[in-house]
Amino acid sequence: MARFILSKLLYLVPTFLGITIIAFSFVRILPGDPVLLMAGERGVSPERHAELSAQLGYDKSVVLQYFDFLGRLFQGDLGNSLVTKKPVLGEFMALFPATVELGLCAIIIATLIGVPVGVMAAIKRGSWFDQISMTTALVGFSMPIFWWGLLLIIFFSGILGWTPVSGRISLMYYFPDTTGFMLIDSLMSGQKGAFSSALSHLILPSVVLATIPLAVIARQTRSAMLEVMGEDYVRTARAKGMPERRVIGIHALRNAMIPVITTIGLQVGVLMAGAILTETIFSWPGIGKWMIDSISRRDYPVVQSGLLLIAGLVMVVNLLVDLTYGLINPRIRNK
Amino acid sequence: MKHLPVLATAMTLAMTVTMAEAKTFVYCSEASPEGFDPAPYTSGGTFDASAHPIYNRLTEFKKGTTEVEPGLAESWEVSEDGLEYTFKLRQGVKWHSNEKFTPTRDFNADDVVFSYERQASADHPWNQYVAGITYEYFNSMDMPNLVKSVEKIDDYTVKITLNSPEAPFLANIAMPFASIISKEYAETLEAAGTKEDLNNLPIGTGPFKFVAYQKDAVIRYTKNAEYWGTAPLIDDLVFAITPDAAVRLQKLKAGECHLMPYPAPADIDGIRADSNLKLDEQAGLNVGYLAYNTTIAPFDNAKVRKALNMAINKQAIVDAVFQGHAEGAKNPIPPTMWSYNDAIVDDAYDPEASKKMLEEEGVKDLSMKIWAMPVQRPYMPNARRTAEMMQEDLSKVGVKVEIVSYEWGEYLAKSMEAGRDGAVILGWTGDNGDPDNFLSVLLSCDSAVEGGANRAFWCNEEFSALLKDAKVTADPAERTALYEQAQVIFKDQAPWYTIAHSTQYVPMSAKVSGFVMSPLGDFTFETVDIAE
Amino acid sequence: MTDTTVKLSDAAIRRKMLAEFWFYFSQNRGAVVGLVVFVLLVLIAAFASLIAPHDPTMQYRDALLVPPVWDEAGRSSFLLGTDAVGRDILSRLIFGAQYSLFIGIVVVSIALVGGIIIGLLAGFFGGWVDTVIMRVMDVILAFPSLLLALVLVAILGPGLTNAMIAIAIVYQPHFARLTRAAVMTEMKREYVTAARVAGAGNFRLMFKTILPNCLAPLIVQATLSFSSAVLDSAALGFLGMGAQPPSPEWGTMLAEAREFILSAWWVVTFPGIAILVSVLAINLMGDGLRDALDPKLKRS
Repeated sequence: MARFILSKLLYLVPTFLGITIIAFSFVRILPGDPVLLMAGERGVSPERHAELSAQLGYDKSVVLQYFDFLGRLFQGDLGNSLVTKKPVLGEFMALFPATVELGLCAIIIATLIGVPVGVMAAIKRGSWFDQISMTTALVGFSMPIFWWGLLLIIFFSGILGWTPVSGRISLMYYFPDTTGFMLIDSLMSGQKGAFSSALSHLILPSVVLATIPLAVIARQTRSAMLEVMGEDYVRTARAKGMPERRVIGIHALRNAMIPVITTIGLQVGVLMAGAILTETIFSWPGIGKWMIDSISRRDYPVVQSGLLLIAGLVMVVNLLVDLTYGLINPRIRNK
Repeated sequence: MKHLPVLATAMTLAMTVTMAEAKTFVYCSEASPEGFDPAPYTSGGTFDASAHPIYNRLTEFKKGTTEVEPGLAESWEVSEDGLEYTFKLRQGVKWHSNEKFTPTRDFNADDVVFSYERQASADHPWNQYVAGITYEYFNSMDMPNLVKSVEKIDDYTVKITLNSPEAPFLANIAMPFASIISKEYAETLEAAGTKEDLNNLPIGTGPFKFVAYQKDAVIRYTKNAEYWGTAPLIDDLVFAITPDAAVRLQKLKAGECHLMPYPAPADIDGIRADSNLKLDEQAGLNVGYLAYNTTIAPFDNAKVRKALNMAINKQAIVDAVFQGHAEGAKNPIPPTMWSYNDAIVDDAYDPEASKKMLEEEGVKDLSMKIWAMPVQRPYMPNARRTAEMMQEDLSKVGVKVEIVSYEWGEYLAKSMEAGRDGAVILGWTGDNGDPDNFLSVLLSCDSAVEGGANRAFWCNEEFSALLKDAKVTADPAERTALYEQAQVIFKDQAPWYTIAHSTQYVPMSAKVSGFVMSPLGDFTFETVDIAE
Repeated sequence: MTDTTVKLSDAAIRRKMLAEFWFYFSQNRGAVVGLVVFVLLVLIAAFASLIAPHDPTMQYRDALLVPPVWDEAGRSSFLLGTDAVGRDILSRLIFGAQYSLFIGIVVVSIALVGGIIIGLLAGFFGGWVDTVIMRVMDVILAFPSLLLALVLVAILGPGLTNAMIAIAIVYQPHFARLTRAAVMTEMKREYVTAARVAGAGNFRLMFKTILPNCLAPLIVQATLSFSSAVLDSAALGFLGMGAQPPSPEWGTMLAEAREFILSAWWVVTFPGIAILVSVLAINLMGDGLRDALDPKLKRS
């Protein structure tokens, strides 16, 4: 097992280096000059421009800049934002919990609904439940979520007034960030109503973000179940007169869960992409919106380190999925 | 651990935390502040969160005007030659305190000298207190060349010496970048080794004390009971950061905030009709324009430019792009600014006459580019839509228009490149209410070079000479006459098609009273109150 | 419509396989509905200038933000109302169909061709070529697709062409991986060895012998990518990085309409429905294709 993990980790090293090169070089060839953006309509004199570029280190050769970047990276320094002048890592950590909270809620919703629906649809294959749920799943899978989010806001916040429009918690509550997760912090603050306020702010964005993963998980669960139920050992169990409930519970479900878990793990990348749109629509102070803003402001250090952190994160989660998969299924491990 | 349950009045949610006396005012701000030290930044959103609530300056803009009045300086004297300004400082002004800092002395001349010098000299220990920090406003207002020295005469007297006379100087130092910060606080932070907190945990002399900031979400302030001016009427001030205009409006309607900036033009009529809301409006201190490249044929011919100007239907743009919430512009400066020349008559919209004029000048089958900027700005809600309308109008006089756009930073740079192909849509929002801040920056010969902002590359000696005279003239009446004359030349030469001065709207809850709109576009809350 | 049988040049067998394919495809009611909608969409796009009641960029300045016809304030000449500068929404939606189909076709073609070539090279040559190529694909896949596409568009400059290129680059590794996997399986088959012994060159082996036998999964992936491309380009348009106004691309229309979500619901609603319906139709079709082409599912 240790060798398996080690080989997986070693495999990641070149990928990670590739990611640093991409993050660095992409940002370096972005057109548009951060110095000019800072100056706005006013413009900046050539001398002052040179002075500022030098101060920011953009006058050195690109290769030198890359090694500078890599060197500082290994010391845990991701550079300072050009806009706020503050360390990128600090800004990332300040916003990251908001995205994680949203992402976790979305994946929980998607799993809790998606798996049972998928299982039911597989068991009752061809029934109206199967047809309706799978059609709905396909609609969800085809949904432009930015539009879906706007519709939900118009309906639930605008017309019905049930949910707040944006933000993470009502402004009447104020307590320090201990964990950065609003649900936990609001519980810990002990203030009455704080938790339900945080929850009501979280619900619409989570639902929007959960839409596509939910559809994928439901469809994947159904097809995994169908495949397993066609396998010989399930047929044998059934032929031996084992009750249907046990056949499904013990044999089918357990084996079908392996690909489903992989699917759930692989939704992390999908969630990050979805977070960009969801956070933009709901003014959710997280990583996705931060990246969009930084791209449009040409905040080089933020875009490059943000790309790196997000890709690194996706990589680590994929590794974890791989490892879990290896644990469950020894055949892969010994390959 | 501090628990400050902040109360939002009239909230729809069940209120369980009650603190009857505390009045909390919630402002749905548009952008996150970049930091809380006003000097390194340039955006209005940052100043609304830092310079205005937390700090003061030697001179201040009188509320609701662009006139300068005493701030931390009680009075001042200017020498005959206009080079020496001697400021008498206000006594007994208290600094804020926080967990890390308790002031031992009042505001004095040391703070003033410190605040200016850290921006002026690159080797000042506080110049680079955060790596890579720059003082863009200080530089762009030309302070390094303008200011010769800032000296302390005694604890409550400061003398600033200039290199050349500059009529707008007193207005310059009322701007946010010139906010006065505490030298003692800086020293405390330096001793603690946390210099960067100057930008994170600000200490000022202003009407509100900083409490906390959750990135991209909420800023909290509390009233400064010891404020030297009139103390605020509200107890707590909260900025709820909400970048999207539609969302801001929904929050306002839901009672989640009391006041918001920059409503979408499309929503104005709906806001007017809502009895729970009220709407303040004022002509903004801005101008949107289309700048021809006056160095390239046939746009080097003033008559061609005039003819094109006559082909574009201004009212249609005001109606469709600004939804009627703007005033068609005839001059390069807005009507709220002193010296605005109202006697000038705008070129009439007349496609037939335009066609004829183009023919007379021998211009046939003209095709040109119009640059439409990719972002929304206070002076131009939708450049793309404007360009499309111009395209259609110009096609009626036989001019083919191609619309081009670039990413914003690139747009700004490329539009200033010599030999640029096409006319550029852009605009300007005033910094300090002085006409020089529009005319010199945007239209003088000096700024028609790389690094300037004269995107018409228009260099008219007569016009520039008038501006130079006005800059060294102290008498407002004389300056007014000079600027009025300059506007006549501008209209005659038509380096721009002047589009519009957009109206600024501030929607707020009907319960709010005492809000004063600033012609400079600032949002300040020391005078607001909320009815129960 | 699919030539899974180029290798067997016998026309009869080909006809039979097509018939079998159609049999399984038509078993799936959803797929048929999807196909019908898709064909409709193609027709609408092809004959847009005939069907559309107005020029999609014509601004009726006396008809700004007119609601749909069934609303009291609606006008019969603008069935689905007009936008902020008085353009007919129905006409814009009709012309928008051209954009969506065009985007889908271009993106899938670029990604498919690029992915196939890269995958063939990796799978056929193996060794370090394979290692290097697959690592690069891993790196691309490590970034969330939309984020990567956004950065690419920021580099290339906002616009429809660049958005399509960016999306194609982001999708291409999926095709490369699929091709490589299929090639590696096929390489072990006897017919490949036979062809090699018969003296077929590398090029012939790759494109004539192996490729036709790997097409089924690629076709399924292509339909999936087609719908994702429509969605992602709309998302880019929505974020201001895709097709630029005044082109009536659906996502761009939504972005322009965002300021009206409270005051003019029709400007927001219809482009979204258009996106949803076309993406759904393609996905339904894709499901049918997969069922018809995938022998494993056919069995169960």
